[in-house]
Amino acid sequence: MLRRAGPSLRHFLLERNSSAGHSSCSREAKMSRPVRARRLEGIDKNIWVEFVNLAATYSKVNLGQGFPDFPAPDFLTEALTRALGGGNHMLHQYTRAFVIIIEPFFDCYEPMVKMAGGTPVFVPLRPNPPKDGKLMSSADWQLDPAELASKFSERTKAIVLNSPNNPLGKVFSREELGLIAELCVKHDVLCISDEVYEWLVYDGKQHIRIASLQGMWDRTVIIGSAGKTFSATGWKVGWAVGPDRLLQHLRTVHQNSVYHCATIAQEAVAQGFQRELMLYGKPESYFVQLPKELQQKRDWLVQSLDGVGMKPIIPEGTYFLVADISPFKSDVPDVPNSDEPYDSRFAKWMVKNKGLAAIPLSAFYSEAHKNNYTNFIRFCFAKEEATLKAASDILQKWKQKKTSS
Amino acid sequence: MFLASRNFCCCGFKLRTDLLSRSIKHSTSATMPFRHKNTRRIEGLDSNVWVEFTKVAADPSIVNLGQGLPDISPPSYVKEELAKVAAVDRLNQYTRGFGHPSLVKALSQVYEKVCGRKIDPLTDILVTVGAYGSLFSTIQALIEEGDEVIIIEPFYDCYEPMVKMAGAKPVFIPLRCKNNGNSASSADWVLDPAELANKFNSKTKAIILNTPHNPIGKVFTLEELQVIADLCIKHDTLCISDEVYEWLVYKGNKHIKIATLPGMWERTVTIGSAGKTYSVTGWKLGWSIGPEYLIKHLQVVHQNTLYTCPTPLQEALAQAFWVDYKRMDDPDCYFYSLSRELESKRDRMAQLLKEAGLKPVIPDGGYFMIVDVSTLNVDLSDVDEKQPYDYKFVKWMIASKKLSAIPLSAFCGLETKKQFEKYIRFCFIKKDSTLDAAEVILKNWNKQTG
Repeated sequence: MLRRAGPSLRHFLLERNSSAGHSSCSREAKMSRPVRARRLEGIDKNIWVEFVNLAATYSKVNLGQGFPDFPAPDFLTEALTRALGGGNHMLHQYTRAFVIIIEPFFDCYEPMVKMAGGTPVFVPLRPNPPKDGKLMSSADWQLDPAELASKFSERTKAIVLNSPNNPLGKVFSREELGLIAELCVKHDVLCISDEVYEWLVYDGKQHIRIASLQGMWDRTVIIGSAGKTFSATGWKVGWAVGPDRLLQHLRTVHQNSVYHCATIAQEAVAQGFQRELMLYGKPESYFVQLPKELQQKRDWLVQSLDGVGMKPIIPEGTYFLVADISPFKSDVPDVPNSDEPYDSRFAKWMVKNKGLAAIPLSAFYSEAHKNNYTNFIRFCFAKEEATLKAASDILQKWKQKKTSS
Repeated sequence: MFLASRNFCCCGFKLRTDLLSRSIKHSTSATMPFRHKNTRRIEGLDSNVWVEFTKVAADPSIVNLGQGLPDISPPSYVKEELAKVAAVDRLNQYTRGFGHPSLVKALSQVYEKVCGRKIDPLTDILVTVGAYGSLFSTIQALIEEGDEVIIIEPFYDCYEPMVKMAGAKPVFIPLRCKNNGNSASSADWVLDPAELANKFNSKTKAIILNTPHNPIGKVFTLEELQVIADLCIKHDTLCISDEVYEWLVYKGNKHIKIATLPGMWERTVTIGSAGKTYSVTGWKLGWSIGPEYLIKHLQVVHQNTLYTCPTPLQEALAQAFWVDYKRMDDPDCYFYSLSRELESKRDRMAQLLKEAGLKPVIPDGGYFMIVDVSTLNVDLSDVDEKQPYDYKFVKWMIASKKLSAIPLSAFCGLETKKQFEKYIRFCFIKKDSTLDAAEVILKNWNKQTG
């Protein structure tokens, strides 16, 4: 039924690549005055623009960009169909300050802070590998309390917290959140809490909301996502929850930027939530089933990677995991004095030569720290069994090739 | 696990949050005063005419001709495409950030035909959350703090706060009525070329053009566009051309894209809207089209704000565009059939207003009509609010006639409000039953005492 659809992303990009160089205004004069606003300085590069393109062009198995390749649950798409068929056609109508960012971080935090004229201040999660040689867990990556405290000053406006954390999968413990909360209260700092993976926690762990800690509700904006909650990233419905005196300012920005979000998507998400409220805590709840299913996929991918000598860090949450690719480094020689971090070159080589797409960990670090952890790449395991099996096959073949050569 | 008790009632979503409430309600902030107020960039931008008037008109007994919200049905194939698309798994996940490939391809084909020039779908187009999102991306990308931006009054209300949010200064110039205030048509409202020229200086970064124009419905002629183009070229100024109503032009009028005038493609960002093109305002999809060296900066803003627009909606829109692209030489194309349908609604609305003693300004395009209400001589001087006359009139009309509209001074800068306060704006993209209900009110207007 979509045969008359426009080309798929892959086909489209291949087409474009072959006719590259054509410009529609090559001979027309540009404006002579500078056009770009200063607020865009230094934020034009974007990891996704680069890697999504590469994956679409080369990869046979895409474990790179974070989106499920299994379907969104039926009850959600049915909700959209109901909304569409409901006869209510009105549903088609009208919806020199410092900010602390914990590394590794979802890449958009840094450019967004800069675009607002703020200055990002970075504090790293540091790995403390277990002494018994077992695989690391995301819990083993921790903030140093003294180091964290040193980043707070009177000019600190906010800290961006992401728990469960992308890319590591770390689920911050009550103690760790308590530490952050204490500092926020002490220094009167806002907390921007990105909790989009709030339902994806494994091994019986608990996702704790920092806003529920003493003194935090009044200074926290909690961010959630329909895309992650309901495996429908393409719907682009998200929300901010917090006290009115903070939210009122977000509303002002919203009414002067996009003003509304797509009505029909919001209606369908609302119905999705209604269903989940009814089933809350029950085994049929999507919030129970999805993490159960994803935990199995996590364990499967962990096994696959460990089996070939890549060392995965077992994530406590999210649908990402990070793996140490050191045993495979010999395939991609180091290039001294290269501008590009090693893991980025490795990931590009891997997608072009092995057809397996993943994202380099350095993408989640500030410019200054991109070379701190150059042996890690991030895999997304929110994928069908067939996709994960195909990934495992590629890894097995790769390992065999190495041991036989 | 979400900290909630298990008791909840379906019909009110009263989620009892015992554990949560104990720590939230009773948690006191630190003894220090809370210093977190809004940033300077949004100072003064919180008030909004829609918030004021849509609340008032939300009462279902009121015939709402205020907000520009179609209550007609979108074309069936548009809705059907979305239903089909939602069933395709990969179309519920992220797509290309700057615009879904099939959509940007469709847009490039349609607009290549209209503009008569090659448009690269990847570099010359950005898909945004509504035309609103395109205005935002354009202004954030290209307008610097301290720049001046010329805005023609009356203007779509978001232009001013968006320019201010970028730290720039709005410079207003009013459309003036040719015949000493006796206006029968939107074509009577014109810019004074000398006055316009005076507004341009070395700080002028851009002019925002809106054609067909909201609220007056004016369709700028080639001569008028040439005057603006000449000034843009002379002063090396950008043109931000809001053309969301591009297909809604009535008999005897032609929509001309200023970007097609010589010397203008390289300095114009043209903005379009799915909501207005296909009567699906709730889909919130719009686009910016222009030369790569300008669009690339809009793309940077977009990748650092929303990053990507909803996939299923973009795919469905692309399919709809293919349907109409194939029949662009056919009168049945929705781009033309919609304007024919609206023209008869326009004429009906105008007739009813005249019969009630009001003076409508017949629009050449768009789906709004402004009306001079001063002829009714409704005395509202005893209403001791400091609001302009048209605000008072609309509130009175909602309360006593159960009919709503939008006051025109909402679309003006401070100094021009007096000039426009005898006008109110009606929206006529409404189904027949809505217009029937409006007819009843207008026919009975003089029978009731105000």
